[in-house]
Amino acid sequence: MTVELDLTGLTTRAAQVWGGVRLVPVTRDEPITGLRLHARAYGDEPGVVEVGPRTHYTSYIPHGFVATWFDDDTAVAAYGTQLKRDGAGDGRPARGLRLRSHRRVARRVERNRLRFLPLHVAVEGYLALHFGGPEVVWDEWSRRAIRRGLSPRVEEAYLGARVQGLADALKHFEIHPGQCGVLVYVADALASAFVVPHPDDYRALHTTLLQDMYGELVHHYATLATPSPRFDVRLADDVESVADLRAAAARERAEWARFHDTTMAAGLLGETYAMSRVYRAGDYTLSRFLPTFRLKQENHIGELITDREGRTAYLKTFRLSEAQVRRGHLLTTLAAHDWHLATTATALGVTEHQLGLRLAGAGFGALLREDVLARYRAQGDPRRGTKD
Amino acid sequence: MDAITADDMLMFINAATTSTAQREFHGGAEDQRLSLDFLHDYVIGNYRDLYAAALALDINDHNAALMVRKLLETTGEATEEQRRVEGALIARRLRVMPPQRVYDLFRALRRARVNNRRTRAIIREWVAARPDPAFDAVKYRTGLKLALRHAHVAPDGELGPFLFTGGHRRYHTPLLETWRRAHYEQASVYELPYTVAEGFAARHRIDRATFLRRIEPRMTRLERLRVQQSARRDKADVAVDLGSMPLTRLASYVLSLPLPERVDRRGELTGALRAAAVRAAGRVAGGWGRVAAVLDDSFSAFGSAQKRRRPLAVALACHYLLAELATEYVPLWTSGRTDALLAYPYGMTPLGDRVLDALEHAPDRLLIVSDGWDNAPYGLASEVLRVWRARLDPDRRVVAVHLNPVYDAVDFDVRRLTPAVPTVGVRDAEDVPALVGFARFTEGRTGSAALRAHFDDRVARFLEEG
Repeated sequence: MTVELDLTGLTTRAAQVWGGVRLVPVTRDEPITGLRLHARAYGDEPGVVEVGPRTHYTSYIPHGFVATWFDDDTAVAAYGTQLKRDGAGDGRPARGLRLRSHRRVARRVERNRLRFLPLHVAVEGYLALHFGGPEVVWDEWSRRAIRRGLSPRVEEAYLGARVQGLADALKHFEIHPGQCGVLVYVADALASAFVVPHPDDYRALHTTLLQDMYGELVHHYATLATPSPRFDVRLADDVESVADLRAAAARERAEWARFHDTTMAAGLLGETYAMSRVYRAGDYTLSRFLPTFRLKQENHIGELITDREGRTAYLKTFRLSEAQVRRGHLLTTLAAHDWHLATTATALGVTEHQLGLRLAGAGFGALLREDVLARYRAQGDPRRGTKD
Repeated sequence: MDAITADDMLMFINAATTSTAQREFHGGAEDQRLSLDFLHDYVIGNYRDLYAAALALDINDHNAALMVRKLLETTGEATEEQRRVEGALIARRLRVMPPQRVYDLFRALRRARVNNRRTRAIIREWVAARPDPAFDAVKYRTGLKLALRHAHVAPDGELGPFLFTGGHRRYHTPLLETWRRAHYEQASVYELPYTVAEGFAARHRIDRATFLRRIEPRMTRLERLRVQQSARRDKADVAVDLGSMPLTRLASYVLSLPLPERVDRRGELTGALRAAAVRAAGRVAGGWGRVAAVLDDSFSAFGSAQKRRRPLAVALACHYLLAELATEYVPLWTSGRTDALLAYPYGMTPLGDRVLDALEHAPDRLLIVSDGWDNAPYGLASEVLRVWRARLDPDRRVVAVHLNPVYDAVDFDVRRLTPAVPTVGVRDAEDVPALVGFARFTEGRTGSAALRAHFDDRVARFLEEG
């Protein structure tokens, strides 16, 4: 299912700039009261998330969200059978590093409370992309690839507190009354979008932006960024009255919102995404989305809670780095061509051995049979040494 | 005095009015200190006369102390005539400064090893003019001791042995004797100044509530204010007389109270604020015609942990003062709230919208009290004021002034909204009538001769009053 992000009912407001960070507040015309989010801090232990039988997703998880919803019909799917207290590692004497285990990335804690780990839902989605490796067994794939797939996979992300300038920007940011979200730009590249159902939630969760994950690209940009320009308002001189002046100001404001939504946030809002549903709760659906992996462009993964009409109640995105986009692109192209190397190579416009080397370069070398890879290496690459 | 001099001086006065080298919402304490230090060195190096003259203006005590120190440090660079005027200004200023600040200043001079003849004379004269030497000796014991030692002064009577020799001899001066007895007799503790008694109370392990109850008559107004909240926790009641408090201090006090308490005491607090405003307005009351005020209660009005809610307190005090000055008054808080008494820092700063609202009321005077961060959207207030001045009010019928309570360390000045409207730094709302008169200089439309005359006039009056 491919869809676009739907931001109806949300209005873009004037941005606030602090150094290289630009924060664009988003207000909701009418707050959603049926769904509320609360923060839950997990402390400093690494988290181990059980995502399937014998499959674990290990990550440092600084905080999670708890979604509470009100539903009148009790016909909620019997999904949450593991009603165990959260954080099963507690109570045991700490030996070495404490591990906190989470049963699933999204899990029901009570009848109408859902606990999920922000962005980890999305990152899990990205990691799980063709987790199983090739579905069709061609000669070139190694036994390991067929048996174990891509596991284990490692992705790097930075904590918001490590993104230079973000903490200061969030501290100085003046929250808009009625604000339900924010778009974070670092060096004017969209780093993350964050939308919650209710202004009170936003106020409470504003500082959790510091505990979120940000991609490598965002971290680099923040380190190297020069101060962003402020886009000061310019009003035309042709006014006859205070009312004219007010109209001019309103025009200016609308112009900024339009510019932001169609230009600055185009990489996020103008694209289509592959959605997959993670959890269904009352009127609300928690899903994660993956981009189409366009090379050398902005690509965001994220998670989303929508209501029955498909309107966004909660949104959080993560900007992939170039390397991540390339990996995603390779995997989706391979999958689209049934994991057949020759046809994939033709589709990508390269020779088979070049594709082989590219796979190795992207960190998927172990998937290919060693002798096949050796043969590719022997054939050489005209662009040898320039990894892509 | 040319235009550049005038600019530099205005910048300096704005800084000396607003900055106390403490943390502000948008800038750290270290930045503030460095920036202020540079500004002082620059101004004293280039315009020594004017620098000294600024002591006669409404600058804050922190900067006054810094100026006195810099003037005394660089005595060698002053001419005979300059020394005479500086001496008079310094002596006058020290007399109006709180004594603890003066003692701090002397200590700083000692640390900086400034001990020229003039410095010694100034310390000697100031100490000699203190109304109750025994009180100073008890309350500011170390300060006085160091000052006397630094200025090579032998104190009269029993002060010498009290300060310098110690031991347990009896004194004939009642306060000194009380101090001696307080070392072993609890009853004597309650006859000492509060800050001194506090130390003895700890030493005698006197219960806090008992101590507060019995020491209450000896507390100064500010001490009462400071301990009131903590005293309540100890179930001791410390009465605060709101009736005599200055306006801005009172506003700070009101903002320190939790909202429910402000609601409960609405009548009392409003009455006190009004009374203080009437006193501050003085004879100007009702003379300003129709006034519209844009008052900043956005989140940045919180100030910092050191200057807690200071910008908001200035805005609140201005609100009550302007109500007295105006015949018709429209307050416009940036948050859109209308109950001034329940103000708290909240939300972003849509100054532009509020300025538009204010202009719609077609006022005679427009006052903007804000830290100058106009961020929703950036620069809208500036543009609105510019276009309004250029197109709708080219004859300047409306007096518009921006009052800024926050020093911006990066610009060495308070942040301006637009060149079309003058900006002045403000520390206490009580100074607003004077500042609005002063604001015309910052527009660059009045000659620098007028500014010079203003300075001379203020200096003459300042020295006369003393």
